[in-house]
Amino acid sequence: MTTIEAPATREIPYVSAIAEAFGQLMREDPNVFIAGEDVALYGSVFGVTRGLLKEFGPQRVVDTPISESGIMGLGLGAAATGLRPVIDIMFMDFMAVCMDEVVNQIAKIKYMFGGTARIPLTIHTMAGAGTSMAAQHSQSLEAWFCHIPGLKVVMPSGPYEAKGLLVAAVRDDNPVMVVNTKTILGMKAHVPEQIYEIPLGKANVVRPGSNFTILATGRMVSESVKAAEMLVADGLDVEVIDPRTLQPFDTETVVQSVRKTHRALVAHEAVRFGGIGAEFAAQIQEEAFDYLDAPVGRVGAPFTPVPFSPVLEKEYMPNAEKIAAEVRRLLGKQA
Amino acid sequence: MDISNGVLLDLHRRMVRIRTFEEEAGKLMEAGKIPGALHLYVGEEAVAAGVMVHLRDSDQITSTHRGHGHLVAKGGDLRKMYAELYGRATGYCKGKGGSMHISDLDLGMLGANGIVGAGPPIAIGAAFSNKYRGTDNVTVCFFGDGASNEGTFHEAANMAALYKLPVVFACENNGFGEFTRQERHQAVHDIADRAAGYGMPGIVVDGMDALAVYEAAGEAIARARAGSGPTLLEFKTYRFFDHVGIRGMGVIYREDAEVLQWRERDPVGLVETRLAEQGILSPEAAAAVHEAALADVRDAIAFAEASPFPEPGALMEDIYTVSRGVA
Ligand SMILES: Cc1ncc(C[n+]2csc(CCOP(=O)(O)OP(=O)(O)O)c2C)c(N)n1
Repeated sequence: MTTIEAPATREIPYVSAIAEAFGQLMREDPNVFIAGEDVALYGSVFGVTRGLLKEFGPQRVVDTPISESGIMGLGLGAAATGLRPVIDIMFMDFMAVCMDEVVNQIAKIKYMFGGTARIPLTIHTMAGAGTSMAAQHSQSLEAWFCHIPGLKVVMPSGPYEAKGLLVAAVRDDNPVMVVNTKTILGMKAHVPEQIYEIPLGKANVVRPGSNFTILATGRMVSESVKAAEMLVADGLDVEVIDPRTLQPFDTETVVQSVRKTHRALVAHEAVRFGGIGAEFAAQIQEEAFDYLDAPVGRVGAPFTPVPFSPVLEKEYMPNAEKIAAEVRRLLGKQA
Repeated sequence: MDISNGVLLDLHRRMVRIRTFEEEAGKLMEAGKIPGALHLYVGEEAVAAGVMVHLRDSDQITSTHRGHGHLVAKGGDLRKMYAELYGRATGYCKGKGGSMHISDLDLGMLGANGIVGAGPPIAIGAAFSNKYRGTDNVTVCFFGDGASNEGTFHEAANMAALYKLPVVFACENNGFGEFTRQERHQAVHDIADRAAGYGMPGIVVDGMDALAVYEAAGEAIARARAGSGPTLLEFKTYRFFDHVGIRGMGVIYREDAEVLQWRERDPVGLVETRLAEQGILSPEAAAAVHEAALADVRDAIAFAEASPFPEPGALMEDIYTVSRGVA
């Protein structure tokens, strides 16, 4: 396994990084195929599979009926019998339509069968609010899946992560869910042309700092970097960490940071109550309690379905300003 | 079936109101005035109108992501509809739902829905309730050809027939699920054939012909009302516009020639020709119906644009019902 750092020469958008990774993965392994709604002829409503049908044909790039349970089960059956499927579920909200396949079947078969099964399956989906698509097309439900033993969950924060984590997910011999955020699909960054992996279960220090740690997922990583810049004026030198993989979680990197900075906040776009940040915060206080000078803060969406009206959605969305404000509030509570 | 002149004119008026509502909404979405995604009903008006003229306010419908036409046909308030599309506090859902969740429980409109295939189980629940409460209300479940591939439809169809529920499954087969043509998403040609598997009648209907829709829907609804159980109606129709927004021509998933061919059987045009031939509606009178619809739609748009956005505090309201004094 090699991790190649991105040369500063080529910038591509997040969406193209995904498409490029799919193409390279399918070229290297004839057992990799992609199935999902409108992924073939149309190239996916988000454009993440554009061009694949032409190169790989309809057997490997499969347009499915609108049948999420069927599609997900197909992925499981194919994975259990030697293929390496990628199942695309257009919006993460639709994961609720195929929960039995994901939770009771895909996640557990290996264990229930005493280890005899191997399920190299990738579930690929889009989360996130901010597009005026209302309550059933905007959710970030990653915490649900982190709660299920047997699943791995990754959440890319930009184009480089999107490609590297997707490659690692597909090459992994376990079910891995890739949770993209639709509002950063246009984000551009350096992405190496050759195929590369970002190792699963390894966090990344995005911005080194000395006296505050922000642990953020998905779109909140770039928002946290912005917040860190805002907080310079407050005399803070914020370290921003992107766990990249939520399950398994890289406790070590985060704890090391907190031991140095003594203060931490976790940020995600999902609803705060019961979000993955709650687990992260709990791990930080378990492992670094003696080092903490303030309670571990949490920024997430308020406990409400995602509203349609742009004014309400704006109110709903976590962002850099809300992260910076929460950091300042925590500092007021400092021991 | 004998159709009175009054009913014919009513059918026509409902169709024109849907057409006008949708054309204007599409333009406003493309101009960036209406946020989010609108799934427009243009081309399919005969289905909503032909079904809805048979329904009372106390009868329910479940709708889809393509739901404006259903609510307009059921007598929805255009002002509240537009205000909802604009995300205003005066909208049907106080701006919280938008196009995909537009609803009017007082009219028995149990909601547009963002989840394909969500309607059928909800519809059988409403039908169960109608029977349970001893009413003779009927529930009509609208769903697409694409939705007929979700397990939810099959489970609901089985239960509806098993319990002889007063429900009508109204499949709007417009030939596509998003960008996937029917023959690429199911091996059956007639979705109505699926009814046999559940022990209910299944009937193919010309969904561009409002009178054919009227007739078939009338029989199925009467059957449900009489306690004789569900029917699956498959309306063959066509979406003139794109899956989202207006375009619809010059797209990769279908030929323009096909669109033009279907447009020759424009349901609004068909009914107008028929009514003119029968001497019921002169071209001038038809034009007046269009003008009146446009005036109503413009009034609704003006109302929406003048309406306030919700207060930010509304974000945290309406999540739970106040129950025994506790929210
Ligand atoms: C469970 C679920 N899967 C996928 C989608 C995305 N989607 C929205 S509309 C649509 C096509 C629906 O086709 P059909 O039922 O035929 O209705 P039509 O759009 O043609 O009116 C799809 C796939 C969704 N909203 N919900």
